[in-house]
Amino acid sequence: MGAQQDLSLFVRHREGGIEGLELAVEGMRCAGCMRAIEIGLKSDASVLSARVNLALKRVTVEWREGVLRPEAVIAQLAALGFKAYPFLPANQHDSEVAQEAQLLRYVGVAGFAAMNIMLLSVSVWSGNSSDINPLTRDLFHWLSALIALPTAAYAGRPFFDSALRALRAGAVNMDVPITLGVVLALGMSVVETWNHSRHAYFDGAVMLLFFLLIGRYLDQLMRRRTRDLAGNLAALKSESATRLQPDGTTIIIPINAILPGDIVLIQPGERVAVDGVIETGRSKIDQSLITGETLPVAVSTGERVHAGTMNLSGALTVVVEAAGAGTLLDEIDRLMSQAVESRSRYVHLSDRAARLYAPLVHTAALVTFLGWMAFGLPWQEALVIAITVLIITCPCALGLAIPAVQVVAASALFKNRIMLREGAALERLAEADMVVFDKTGTLTLPEPSLLNIAMIDPVLLGQIAALAAASRHPLAQAVSRAAGGPRPMAGAQEHEGQGVAALLDGDEMRLGSAAFCHAEAEALAVGTSYPSASLIAWRYRDRCVVLAVGQSLRPDARTCISDLKMRGLRLAILSGDRMEAVAPVAQMLGISEYQAGLTPGNKLRALDAWTAEGRIIGMVGDGLNDAPALVRAHVSLSPISATHLAQSASDIVFLGDSLGPVATAIIIARKARRLMMQNLWFAVLYNAFAVPLAIAGLATPLVAAAAMSGSSLIVTINALRAGRATMVRQGGAA
Amino acid sequence: MNIILILFPLALGLGLAGLIAFFWCLRSGQYSDLEGSGWRVLEDDDIDHSPPTAVVLPEER
Repeated sequence: MGAQQDLSLFVRHREGGIEGLELAVEGMRCAGCMRAIEIGLKSDASVLSARVNLALKRVTVEWREGVLRPEAVIAQLAALGFKAYPFLPANQHDSEVAQEAQLLRYVGVAGFAAMNIMLLSVSVWSGNSSDINPLTRDLFHWLSALIALPTAAYAGRPFFDSALRALRAGAVNMDVPITLGVVLALGMSVVETWNHSRHAYFDGAVMLLFFLLIGRYLDQLMRRRTRDLAGNLAALKSESATRLQPDGTTIIIPINAILPGDIVLIQPGERVAVDGVIETGRSKIDQSLITGETLPVAVSTGERVHAGTMNLSGALTVVVEAAGAGTLLDEIDRLMSQAVESRSRYVHLSDRAARLYAPLVHTAALVTFLGWMAFGLPWQEALVIAITVLIITCPCALGLAIPAVQVVAASALFKNRIMLREGAALERLAEADMVVFDKTGTLTLPEPSLLNIAMIDPVLLGQIAALAAASRHPLAQAVSRAAGGPRPMAGAQEHEGQGVAALLDGDEMRLGSAAFCHAEAEALAVGTSYPSASLIAWRYRDRCVVLAVGQSLRPDARTCISDLKMRGLRLAILSGDRMEAVAPVAQMLGISEYQAGLTPGNKLRALDAWTAEGRIIGMVGDGLNDAPALVRAHVSLSPISATHLAQSASDIVFLGDSLGPVATAIIIARKARRLMMQNLWFAVLYNAFAVPLAIAGLATPLVAAAAMSGSSLIVTINALRAGRATMVRQGGAA
Repeated sequence: MNIILILFPLALGLGLAGLIAFFWCLRSGQYSDLEGSGWRVLEDDDIDHSPPTAVVLPEER
């Protein structure tokens, strides 16, 4: 394409006349790629710096203003063999990064304090069992207080703030018992030190903060990582459009820079990237990504086209309208706002545990206090014992157990080319007991493919594909792809709306509609065995071949479906396509429940009916018409080829053509949930041992420290198993 | 006993030095790409790639 590209929208201007561009790079995996990109880009003298972030799969390039065009950077990367997409950093990104750095600083301070206090505490413990000078012990306790109190005031803020917020809202979260435990432990220790007591719990309180902060940091890390990768996905998906300039020239610009009222040129075989009204031209449009319907629709001047549809036969110019102005989009918008409320009601596993846990712990402490009072102990001593109960039951394991599992499971998912867009999606996915699929573009590949490839002589197919490669028509493109995308035949000429022809050894070779190739009889024969496919014919001299092009199943669709069935999940298909197209797919996959010809509203109602039966639904879909259902379902997945709206409505996005990730994601999520539950039960077990000890007044600081660090270690090691199971799975898939 | 008065500030000072070092690497962005940095160590861009004959080996090593 000869048109110029304009990416100035993505360029950031810094002080000192430096321009920068951030790019998401596809296929960057290893240190070799990183090196190749950095050295390759820096070899251009005008590039000031090029730095790869391997974890985020991004590269930041800087140059002096005016010496380089952003398009040249992308071209340079393409020459190096990497596809790069300009990236517009989200506004909130900076504050996220700042928050994460702040959390890491808290971790650092708490860690420093915990270790130094432990140094003092170990001396006191060993001194207590021999003959420590009470004066020295007091000095050590005061030094501990000197470190612990400022540390808690600084590093405990995330918990204190969150607990206050929860209490103000009249709720209880995990941070309420944490805050109470830490504050009471510190207060009691100061009083005890004042009274020259043998025990102080400064080390326990600070160690608790340290472990919990690690858990909090892991949580934040995962959330930022999912958001960053989601940002990359958005960049990868960001499309461009060819704008017709007032002076008649064309320019390719990113979709974000297109304004309502612009005129956009859409060539046959191109995906429509905007919503608008056709100004000139007539064509056939494949709306399967919007409605699920696979039959092409004829459109002409004055009619509306939607982003995501495929222009099949003729060139169109389209006047862009503001997004969401179309009637179809309005309808879907309305349905989505209706559906969204169900999602916000979900309560995280850790918060649910906290709701059970906090009252129990506080009651236990209160009962201990009253019990010892009744037993005849002075109230100060009874209070000390009650506070040790609070310290020892502090949900260390809970605070660390769930985020640790989430981080490990999320990285395992990422290795399997599955990206979480939200942390809680993992928990919700594990709960699903029914999976509902869309057909078009989800169970089947988004692009059509050659169905009767087995019946065609490979040598002949090579010739046909060479001619097909000369055409931009999606059906011809499918034929060319089937032969591995050969070099287009020279001198081929496209006959608008009929096909493509070329001269070979003095005779004409044709590829196109059956009528164009005089192959009606042959087409009829092939058509009966592929009722849902589009037929194109090829003729050269007296040889004639009819090709059936249609939707084929995604690779691994069968294994994925049987995998899911084996795990006892109920499966169903909800499609907007015709029954004739849906039934064969359902039969091929062995899915007995299927509904066809559904509108977006119908899909919502079907989901609601199943939900009313008590089913927890995971929805897999890609089309605009699936978006409301994706929002309504308990958890939703979409392939990377899905429309923007569907992708932003779903929790999990999987890359590649294969459907396998759907099953893998469910397996990993269930494993992760099992480990979370194990960790929660471990916390219960731990308390079953530790609480009686504390109630009996035997929980010295040494016992508390050993119990807390021991339990944290065990839940963390248990969390690491979430990654191990998937390694096996990966090996099986390879 | 007085040894504690020397040893304790020393230990605390060492810990603080570690903490400051940690803040410094945080500030200089060393935690922004945990994967890439591991590999960057193995790069040898900083080594002069001129032919080996031109390299003068130190005698005393």
